Amino acid sequence: MSRFEISRRTLLQSSAAGLAALSSTSLARLAHAGDLTVGIVYVGPRDDFGWNQAHAVAAAALKDVPGVTVVEEENVPETIAAQKSMESMINLDGAKLVFATSFGYYKPFVLDVAAKYPDVEFRHAAPLWTDTDPKNAGSYFGYLDQAHFVDGIAAGLSTTSNKLGFVAAKPIGTVLRNINSFLLGARRVNPDATLQVIFTGEWSMPVREAEAANALVDAGCDVLTCHVDGPKVVIETAESRGIKCCGHNASQAPLAPNGFITGAEYKWETIYKLFAANLAEGQPLPNFTGGGFDVDFVRSTPYGAGATEAAITAADAARAEVKSGKPIFVGPINKQDGTPLLAAGASFDNYDPALDQTDYLIEGVTGSIT
Amino acid sequence: MTGDAGLTTVLLAMFAGAIRVSTPFLFVSLGEMLTEKSGRINLGLEGTLVFGAMSGYAVSYHTGSPWFGVLVAGVCGSVFGALHGFLCKLPKVNDIAIGIALMLFGTGLAFFFGKAYIQPSAPRLPSLSFGAWSDHPGVRQALEINPLFLLGIALAVFLWWSLKNTRYGLIIRTTGDSAPAALALGIDVNQVRLLSTMAGGFFAGIGGSFLSLYYPGSWTEGLSSGQGLMAVALVIFARWNPIYCFWAALLFGAAGALGPALQSIGISRGYHFFNAAPYILTLFIMIVSTSRRRSLKGAPGELSITK
Repeated sequence: MSRFEISRRTLLQSSAAGLAALSSTSLARLAHAGDLTVGIVYVGPRDDFGWNQAHAVAAAALKDVPGVTVVEEENVPETIAAQKSMESMINLDGAKLVFATSFGYYKPFVLDVAAKYPDVEFRHAAPLWTDTDPKNAGSYFGYLDQAHFVDGIAAGLSTTSNKLGFVAAKPIGTVLRNINSFLLGARRVNPDATLQVIFTGEWSMPVREAEAANALVDAGCDVLTCHVDGPKVVIETAESRGIKCCGHNASQAPLAPNGFITGAEYKWETIYKLFAANLAEGQPLPNFTGGGFDVDFVRSTPYGAGATEAAITAADAARAEVKSGKPIFVGPINKQDGTPLLAAGASFDNYDPALDQTDYLIEGVTGSIT
Repeated sequence: MTGDAGLTTVLLAMFAGAIRVSTPFLFVSLGEMLTEKSGRINLGLEGTLVFGAMSGYAVSYHTGSPWFGVLVAGVCGSVFGALHGFLCKLPKVNDIAIGIALMLFGTGLAFFFGKAYIQPSAPRLPSLSFGAWSDHPGVRQALEINPLFLLGIALAVFLWWSLKNTRYGLIIRTTGDSAPAALALGIDVNQVRLLSTMAGGFFAGIGGSFLSLYYPGSWTEGLSSGQGLMAVALVIFARWNPIYCFWAALLFGAAGALGPALQSIGISRGYHFFNAAPYILTLFIMIVSTSRRRSLKGAPGELSITK
């Protein structure tokens, strides 16, 4: 870390000095320390109403910062293409900070490129960085389960059948954690609520997502939410079947003018602007950044027509509580198979590392992770 | 939930899924069937499907008329078909290679022009309710049938009848079975194939517009996820018979609904396996249908895969 700080400062100093001597050379790109080119790699289209859009909204906010240039590439698969994209941003556009926004970019692509370009900073949007990884790489992440908990509170007060539905992509830790938090929120206000999960097995599979949403409605669920890359299909299906829904990743409020309650959204621009400011001041970037409502990394979508007064009041109160650090996981909580997770009175802190390792669903969730 | 109720739910969901999901399979496979009957394979229908989905959605958004969108999707599809037919007419051109090139071209072009249409919401196709007699909401939902599905059934019957009983059907079949024989009869082989491929592209384009304008009912880049390719496999399974194409499309639709339906009644172990059902079915069908004794029955003699 310290070695890196020196090299960063040296670089900035030399570029400032270079201005006087070499202003007509290629170093002119670094004309003053505030100039920064940021590269952002997306796995899908930037306007997918979901994961990529959340990052693209933040990228757009970053473009407004003086001295910052943003270069973007979308639809980059999680293959060697990711590495090529990052290298072209570095070599052709002079990117000094690269955001790799998809889970599968990290190993081996971000790690390889980080080792190859030690003077470029790489940040990856999932909590994967460890001490043994290159120091110019790192992770940033929003704890979206806090916002899903707030969604759950609103959903628990909105259901009449007490059956909630969740269309999930893959049974990985962050997805399971969102599912658990959503039900915990619902049960906080409605102890009879249950949650049915259907896994589609893919991050983006519109026809199957529609089938899953329809199957949940047919099974009696009257509030749907999801964790897939683009929630557009799930939200639209819920709306067309006349039930309520909660969003995920970005705002889907326009898609469901009647049934939209609220949604769990990332607020990546907080992190992006923070990093850009750090680099402009010559400060080192943190290798591991994460947070929820308390640090403004996640937010709730403004309430839609589906939100009742009671739901709004309870959800606002829950958000304030989570922001102040009140735990989401409060015992007694059993896992799905009945083994205790937390005894009565015990709780996990909202940033407890144990929650990062979630590999279970809690009691009250129907659905299997295998 | 009792076992019986669960079974009913799954069967109902598969029935509903068959009706909801099968239409694109049906249209693409009918189009491919017609093209193959004339003696060419058009693997580009996946690209046509995606482009049809995009163009149908875009036109529906701009004009406010989803049916006009369906028409334009079909016309775009036939333009792709014409391109395929024209290129394959040139000497020493392989129709499979051109098909793959057109698949990539169609998909890429659709993504390029489709950027602007991911966000806006276009008017969708209406559905017809045939379930009013039932009190069961699941049955009612399952019997919300899109007119395109009915059109597809009519088209399948029409193609079956006309291939068998009309002069044009005979011309297409002759061209597909033996180009020299067709030439001897004074038939312009390339012209017949061009028109068949164009008609096939038209159907595939309509299949695409169903995806974006009815179910799942929006334009996204992952919309097709290989359905156009599966429909090509389905033609072989259906032995180039339009009626079998219909049943095969229903079967694929039902198989696609199996995974989510089983999870919804709580049978969720092994969902990866059930989600993979359509693909496993494809593989299984290919293996079964390439058995040595039966593979040529019904296959057009001019097809490069059977030569």
